[in-house]
Amino acid sequence: MSTRLAQGGRLIDRSKPKNFTFNGKRMKGYEGDTLAAALLGEDQMLMGRSFKYHRPRGVVASGAEEPNALVNLGQGERFEPNQRVTTTELFDGLYATSQNHWPSLEFDVGVVNNYAARFLPAGFYYKTFMAPKAAWKHVFEPIIRKSAGLGQVPTEADVDRYEHYYYHTDVVIIGGGVAGLASALAAGRSGAKVLMMEQTHHWGGRAAVDGGEIDGQSVDAWIDAAVAELEGMENVTLRTRMMASGVYDHGYVLGYERVADHTPGDGRPRHRLWRIRTKQIVTATGAIERPLSFAGNDIPGVMLASAVRDYAVNWGVSIGDRTVVVTNNDDGYRTALTLKEAGMEVPAVLDARAEATGPLAEAARAAGIRVEAGKAIAKVHGGKRVTGVSVCLQAGEGSTLEEIKCDAVAMSGGWSPVVHMWSHCGGKLIWDEAQAHFRPDPNRAPTSHDGEAFVVTAGTASGAMSLAETLEDAYAAGKAASKAAGGKAIRKAGPKAEAEAEQPMAPVWIMPQGAGPQKRMKMWLDYQNDVKVSDVQLAAREGYESVEHTKRYTTLGMATDQGKLSNINGLAVLSDALDQEIPTTGTTTFRPPYTPISFGAIAGEARHEIFQPIRRTPMHQWHEDAGAYMEPVGHWRRPYCYAKPGETNEQAVHREVLNTRENLGLLDASTLGKLIVKGPDAGKFMDMMYTNMMSNLAIGKCRYGLMCSENGFLSDDGVVARIDEETWLCHTTSGGADRIHAWMEEWLQTEWWDWKVYVANVTEQLAQVAVVGPNARKVLEKLGGMDLSKETLPFMQWADGKIGEFDARVYRISFSGELSYEIAVPASQGRAFWDALLEAGEEFGVMPYGTECLHIMRAEKGFIMIGDETDGTVIPQDLGLNWAISKKKEDFLGKRAQQRSHMTDPERWKLVGLETLDGSVLPDGAYAVGEGNNVHGQRNMIGRVTSTYYSPTLKKGIAMGLVLHGPDRMGEVISFPTVDGSNTVIKARICDPVFYDKDGEKQNV
Amino acid sequence: MLILECPYCGVMADETDLHGGGEAHLKRFGPGSSDDDFETYLFHRKNPKGVHFERWRHVSGCGKWFHAARNTMTLEVYGTYPAQTYEPPKDLVAKIKKKHPEWGGYE
Amino acid sequence: MRRYSAFAIAREAARYHTGWERAWKSPKPKKKYDVVIVGAGGHGLATAYYLGKNFGITNVAIIEKGWLGGGNTGRNTTIIRSNYLQDPSAAIYEKARSLYETMSQDLNYNVMFSPRGVMMLAQTEHEVRGYERTAHANALQGVKTEFISPQRVKELVPIMNINGPRYPVLGALWQERAGTARHDAVAWGYARACSDMGMDIIQKCEVTGVRQANGVVTGVDTTHGQIDCDKLAMVVAGNAGHLADMAGFRLPMESVALQALVSEPIKPCIDVVVMANTVHGYMSQSDKGELVIGGGTDGFNNYTQRGSFHHVEETVRALVETFPIISRLKMLRQWGGIVDVTGDRSPIIGKTPLGNCFINCGWGTGGFKSIPGSGWAMAETVAKGEPGSLAAEFGLNRFSEGRFIDESVAAGVAH
Repeated sequence: MSTRLAQGGRLIDRSKPKNFTFNGKRMKGYEGDTLAAALLGEDQMLMGRSFKYHRPRGVVASGAEEPNALVNLGQGERFEPNQRVTTTELFDGLYATSQNHWPSLEFDVGVVNNYAARFLPAGFYYKTFMAPKAAWKHVFEPIIRKSAGLGQVPTEADVDRYEHYYYHTDVVIIGGGVAGLASALAAGRSGAKVLMMEQTHHWGGRAAVDGGEIDGQSVDAWIDAAVAELEGMENVTLRTRMMASGVYDHGYVLGYERVADHTPGDGRPRHRLWRIRTKQIVTATGAIERPLSFAGNDIPGVMLASAVRDYAVNWGVSIGDRTVVVTNNDDGYRTALTLKEAGMEVPAVLDARAEATGPLAEAARAAGIRVEAGKAIAKVHGGKRVTGVSVCLQAGEGSTLEEIKCDAVAMSGGWSPVVHMWSHCGGKLIWDEAQAHFRPDPNRAPTSHDGEAFVVTAGTASGAMSLAETLEDAYAAGKAASKAAGGKAIRKAGPKAEAEAEQPMAPVWIMPQGAGPQKRMKMWLDYQNDVKVSDVQLAAREGYESVEHTKRYTTLGMATDQGKLSNINGLAVLSDALDQEIPTTGTTTFRPPYTPISFGAIAGEARHEIFQPIRRTPMHQWHEDAGAYMEPVGHWRRPYCYAKPGETNEQAVHREVLNTRENLGLLDASTLGKLIVKGPDAGKFMDMMYTNMMSNLAIGKCRYGLMCSENGFLSDDGVVARIDEETWLCHTTSGGADRIHAWMEEWLQTEWWDWKVYVANVTEQLAQVAVVGPNARKVLEKLGGMDLSKETLPFMQWADGKIGEFDARVYRISFSGELSYEIAVPASQGRAFWDALLEAGEEFGVMPYGTECLHIMRAEKGFIMIGDETDGTVIPQDLGLNWAISKKKEDFLGKRAQQRSHMTDPERWKLVGLETLDGSVLPDGAYAVGEGNNVHGQRNMIGRVTSTYYSPTLKKGIAMGLVLHGPDRMGEVISFPTVDGSNTVIKARICDPVFYDKDGEKQNV
Repeated sequence: MLILECPYCGVMADETDLHGGGEAHLKRFGPGSSDDDFETYLFHRKNPKGVHFERWRHVSGCGKWFHAARNTMTLEVYGTYPAQTYEPPKDLVAKIKKKHPEWGGYE
Repeated sequence: MRRYSAFAIAREAARYHTGWERAWKSPKPKKKYDVVIVGAGGHGLATAYYLGKNFGITNVAIIEKGWLGGGNTGRNTTIIRSNYLQDPSAAIYEKARSLYETMSQDLNYNVMFSPRGVMMLAQTEHEVRGYERTAHANALQGVKTEFISPQRVKELVPIMNINGPRYPVLGALWQERAGTARHDAVAWGYARACSDMGMDIIQKCEVTGVRQANGVVTGVDTTHGQIDCDKLAMVVAGNAGHLADMAGFRLPMESVALQALVSEPIKPCIDVVVMANTVHGYMSQSDKGELVIGGGTDGFNNYTQRGSFHHVEETVRALVETFPIISRLKMLRQWGGIVDVTGDRSPIIGKTPLGNCFINCGWGTGGFKSIPGSGWAMAETVAKGEPGSLAAEFGLNRFSEGRFIDESVAAGVAH
């Protein structure tokens, strides 16, 4: 059984017990425990079920590489699936349940897959479930979906908050083990600005577990001293519980800080995502031990040797009473010695190497441990827990030499440097024969914006495997990074440790060497996804030879640990099957994040109301207070209509239309884009921007203008006013102001940079109100001030002056067909002006109106709307706007494009009005059909509706549309099939698009 | 996450402060040009694996358009320069050529 | 070719699966082929497959610089839909969708086509009108779609927050017969079928030059030597511009990085594909349980197969807002693919300025869903020397004529 030892545990505080619950059972651990250590301390070895075969799973590692022990953590609004117990800090009240089983962890029906495993090899689903055709969707897929997946689905919205943080620095050091500390000392002493992050809550990494001395002190003492020195440096920032999630181009690093995972509900943000820009990065990310592949290596109780050691030293937890160690290198002996020292039994060390003669093997023998060289595990016995192993010769085929009873197996297959951060931005790897691992190739580092290397590795992450080498390498890395980042040279020597002799490891990938198919079907490579040695060999046999093919065919390395334990072993097995060298096979690509990071952290603060910015006009609050139904227009919110109590939106819109046509309406038009174009060459520039002539517009006058893209398509429209000799004011659509401003700047800066023109976007400087209706002049005259009579200010002119107290620029323009003044006042006066108009207008029947009323009134007048009549494929000629396209100008943006053959094609659909025969409203987006089908067998279409409304003024449906030969077919009736399921066709007659006041008399009074 | 130096304000600008504008040094063809020239101007783009001269705007900064010589395979930025020019600066071209002798040069 | 079936698996289980044959052969290139296809992604392999199946042309080599299916075919979010607005797009994507329906049976390889339905959310009045327009067009194009209410959206996707304070859901365009498939399997299934027809799939073989005489293509130079051909088909997506350079013509195209990501696997929580264009994000759940999420493209030319993080951030932000329960789930992996984007964001299929050299590229972000339709149309173009009706409107000439196929028009929906 696994248990808490009476003594030991350098990371726990036994005076501070913590209570938690696992699968409803109350348990106890200590401050400093991970959930894994606490569970093991309570003899909870079984923690989950595997993905495919639902086999029993216990913890196998002690850190971020853990593939098996994932739990559902928390409840309700703090529920989180797939949480690794090895990286979950224990806290009081922690609530966890195991995953991927039914009805219970102990008894899981899904385990039938295990008994059928022989029929479910890699990729079996590609070869079956194909008949009958409908069965995949209705039978097989639902079953597979249900049995796949791991954690439960959260049911409630997340109650926690998340933060983003921006940081600029010279050097980022990733990893706070002894290598990271040594690098940080070098970088910190150079004066460079340094940020060091460590994913766990403690400094020093694993070195203290392995023992030894640094600068004549114990490793723990040295770590304390190093941290103290770093804390004393103003230029160094230290952060624990912060993982580097990814390295991105040009020195961009994401830091994932788990601020309050261990103190839920304390008011702090749960996670903080650091967006860091740095000059240099040191990756002191350490190394990960590899499992060995032997039959039954997935049975709970089989663990990495280093993890067994970690649990004993760091948390005072013993995995079993009798632990068999199996290894292909010297490091495994450290576990045997540690266990022995802690008073546990180690029945044998099975060393796959032909000889075990290194100093550590000798030390083990001296401690009374039986060492068996050239031996391997033929098979692990047990179901939900190891009960023993069969021993065989590594060189043989697996005949059992002896059975050893044990309740734990510690395996060591050698170490692989963590190269993720090195590789994210293209750092290359080389194969190290001696250590049988890929390590960073310092000559092929990732490069930054200046073409120079910006990542350097430190310590075991470089492939330096002993403490002495690690310190030397890491200190040099810190020096190199700080120098490259502009730090000063340092003379002070780095930390030193005694060199230790080790016997070379042997690249043993499967054991025994000659294992047959039956054994290979029991050798796990990827524990979570249930990928075995036999699966990789099957992939190779079937031609999935590329490492990416094998990965995707078998799902090797695609689990939540992203192959941290399985990749190299899988590569080795694949290479062997293909009879090629491992470097020839190559690796799969390392992608961020290093371990999964929460979506909440990525999304940050931008949620709910502040999901995206909202732009508000000076009158915005009034609209909200009035209960307006608001619609998003770009980042603006505009009133769609102002429904009164008991009124539907539709009724409100109709009321607003009628009232504006009969009395007086007010529209908040502040969102309309307002651009000032000014300078000696402004006229020339305006003539290029607009299709019509703007340079000859008289001062004091207004003109409707069109803008096209260089590709010829209509992109924006609006009324232009000539302010003075050198100044024009351009109105754009509400959504178009920023776009058109940028468009003008682009041409001025990149094409006509010698033209003397400035453009300023004054949209937000001005509030604008459309005062519309027969009583428009009356209300303004009542407020007093400037002369707004027909004679002084005729239609399509503008004037500056005072209206009441307000500084006003008044445009006599109309988008409704009514008598209309659009009045701009400084934004600061906008709300007061609006209030004044409402108050003064009361006797004239004033009512505000919204965007839908605006749309209906313009449609009644046959005015086009950008975004309705246009969609990016429509040219002004399609809309009968030829009158607004200058024939005199040699050039304007879009002119050349409009000369192309397809643009002058008489078959282009043209704008017309449409009225249904029965007065009904045509559906939005309806298409008109012609005879027969096209080459694709689709119905021939001859037109489409672009705007369609019920006209309260005319008491019938009105529409505009683009129709083939439309203007030549006035009076013809065409058919619009419906899609509401009624299978009906709506007939509509082609007519003039101007439905109301065709001669424009009403606006011109 | 690219970082480019704005040649106007001297800021090392983050990609999120910038707006990419595609190939630089396009020659505009207007009315009177051939269909081929006009199509080339509007649509044909150099899409090299390697050195690319391109336009950027420091949109959330000084608002200026500028040009950059950037490698599309390594993302190295060889240099940035103001947009008011018909071709890249000679010293920048020479610098790139020195670094990549196999590069065909600016055409 | 030995057929795949449950029976075959049972038979092999008895001998520990040692009897399975190779899914595709790995031959040395011959000196000459009737047709050389450059690019063994989904589109290239589908082109080869339909050349054999529809036209009996099997003396074909498919050359791949990396591993087959290793480009965008293996890096996309696996969405299959055909609710496009413009006639030619609707035609080719609907052809593709219908071929996906029977692909597993046609290829005897389970590509797991899952017609679970795709919805595109309307979150502004303008978007509502755009999708209503698409629904009308689709009805006449023979593509079954409908515009559904917010209530129906909620029924189909209970985890969606349809009342989000910023962009409430006003409805959705719903294509019930759309869905997803297993992307790798599509490439592998086609490769197996092509190999079975006697075609040569040559991996790790990069084209270094295009040989021509008198304006007509005669072959290619490769890292495995010269390979002659009567006809050459370039089907290399983001690398098309590079290859066109070798052949001496330019394309109205740029290559940019498009990003995607997946979450850790969880039990089923979303049965359909949801696309939200106003807030820029789309999401579905794979059979493995991962949430598969697509993001945006970078604004600069890029061949690195990695993109900038802020796009991931924007996408995730949109989806957390739309699906609040995913906030405590975790991103497992992010990656990028290089997509080829043309001047009107629609593909190019057809002849090139070089004789007997044909091109298929520019699928942008719509590549996976079109694979069988694209292959069908390209095979016809190569076999007959002229594009058929499916491909005719996608020719290169449309850019000089100003005759674009622009799908972004209705509601800002790109592919």
